[in-house]
Amino acid sequence: MQKRFYLISALILTCLSCSSDDTTSYEPVPQPLTIPQIFSDHIIPPIIPTNNPQTVEGVALGKKLFFDTILSSDGTQACASCHAPQNAFTDNTATSVGIDGVFGTRNAMPLFNLAWNYNERFNWDGTALSLERQAEEPVENPIELHSNWDSVVSRLQAHPEYPELFRLAFKTTTITKELTTKAIAQFERTLISANSKFDNYTLGNATLTAQELNGLDVFLREDKGDCFHCHGNPSNPLWTDNLFHNNGLDATFTDLGLGSVTGDPNDNGKFKSPSLRNLAFTAPYMHDGRFSTLDEVINHYSEGLQNSATIDPLMKQIAQGGVQLTDEDKAYLKAFLLTLSDASFITNPLYHN
Amino acid sequence: MTTAIPMKKILTLTLIILLSFTSCSEDNDDNLSSQSTATFNFTHNWDGTLITNANFNSIAYTNAKGNLLSIERLRYIISDITFTSSTNESIVLDNYNLVDVTNNSGLSYTTEIPTGSYNVSFTFGLDNEDNAENYLDLNSASFNVPDIMGGGYHYMQFDGKFINTSNEEQGFNYHAIRAVDNAGTNPTFPQDTFFSVDLGTITISANTEIEVQMNIAEWFKNPNLWDLNVFNQMLMPNSTAQIMMFDNGQSVFSLGTVSQ
Repeated sequence: MQKRFYLISALILTCLSCSSDDTTSYEPVPQPLTIPQIFSDHIIPPIIPTNNPQTVEGVALGKKLFFDTILSSDGTQACASCHAPQNAFTDNTATSVGIDGVFGTRNAMPLFNLAWNYNERFNWDGTALSLERQAEEPVENPIELHSNWDSVVSRLQAHPEYPELFRLAFKTTTITKELTTKAIAQFERTLISANSKFDNYTLGNATLTAQELNGLDVFLREDKGDCFHCHGNPSNPLWTDNLFHNNGLDATFTDLGLGSVTGDPNDNGKFKSPSLRNLAFTAPYMHDGRFSTLDEVINHYSEGLQNSATIDPLMKQIAQGGVQLTDEDKAYLKAFLLTLSDASFITNPLYHN
Repeated sequence: MTTAIPMKKILTLTLIILLSFTSCSEDNDDNLSSQSTATFNFTHNWDGTLITNANFNSIAYTNAKGNLLSIERLRYIISDITFTSSTNESIVLDNYNLVDVTNNSGLSYTTEIPTGSYNVSFTFGLDNEDNAENYLDLNSASFNVPDIMGGGYHYMQFDGKFINTSNEEQGFNYHAIRAVDNAGTNPTFPQDTFFSVDLGTITISANTEIEVQMNIAEWFKNPNLWDLNVFNQMLMPNSTAQIMMFDNGQSVFSLGTVSQ
């Protein structure tokens, strides 16, 4: 039985290779993600769409596109303008300014470990249902790159280098929006951060100070910070659940968040839990960048909670404003949180233009 | 997401060998012991009224103590489904299944089993041996219990809101774990809080569908009348609350419809 199967498979493959002789035998070189040990030890493999495998040429093209201002209508901004490597691929303003000088309403999300977003909902409000689709919207958004895809594709097609780079990545010189976003997504999936002090502590290669360990205790204790239910734990080194919660920022909402996407009022005021990795580089914080410092963030959960119908039931002591951490515990917690930052990520030459 | 992976390799191997023998005998005589499919369907109700995630997020239920409450999140683990024949031979499926009502996943679990009549049981949560292992899918689902609270995994996360004595909505986190004292660097364990659920005798033939019902109201009812004004949050390091959950959990599950 098994022999017959192999024989049939061989015949099919022979036929396929015959037909491909008519065109070209060129294939892009596979470049699977390098999965860090801290991830392979603890969490399930990343999500790579079967119709967009990682390749050397695809990643290289995606990187060039990510940093190229050709995607904006006036040639002044690229993806990297708001998603800068030195800021863990976000920027340092509360909200981001587009090519026309208009600021949006949301903080640019940092970009790393995106292939481990298992539910594949991207953006603060979960609008985009894949990384490829996420890359479509900012190009046309009037307060971002304010371009349109037909123009972008025309510019890329007329460019002296891009048609050949697309051929190398996708075996066609005919450029499309879909291939452009596929390439960008391939590059974005390579942005992996897994070399923080805490990662090395988990792997037995670093030690934490007493303050940092005390901060981990505050983070994990249900009767103190109780951060772990939404923001991961040493066994979930993503440091996010990638889900959507109302964390008590407002009593009434000017931005409905997930609710504006699902249309379900129970989702109003819910936003994606951001990863706690790389906080040292990603200020300001929250979906609207309202908090300039980590101290402000910690104070929010300690005594600044605002009640509303959709506030997450994991939020505690809301009537008192939050979990009421002492100044000492706040300092410990901050010290621990900073151990999750990965300096090698923001200096990695692979991620710079 | 993967919902079940092997836990104890030896037992799995035993099962494989057992199944191999079964299939061998099947080759000899189809009538002796043919393979069937058993599908467990997990349904949820409040004293008989069906609950799905469509019923979440509104204060619609009243517990035995009289607390008005809503359900916002419900997920739990069942493990070690065991089929015991009339001759007391047991087939243990050394697996677990995360039932996630919030996201409509893990609501069914299918396995192959030799045709026959069995006493069927399972474990709510994870026994201590299984709870000490490293499960990548449960880690990825952030179902862990931090080491300072004993480590391992939640048995259940049941979150919602209730109307408190000040007539305001307040969150509750009915999180069942292995009961723990002295949360910190050297936690101790006062008693086991996983438990076995006996569904009784079920005849497995062809494609058998087995409904496992969870009456959510029972978590608040018997033998401990649960007052959410007293026990609402920060229950993981509270061994008294954990043991009350264990006690009340005994009557939560029951066998529903069995169909071939």
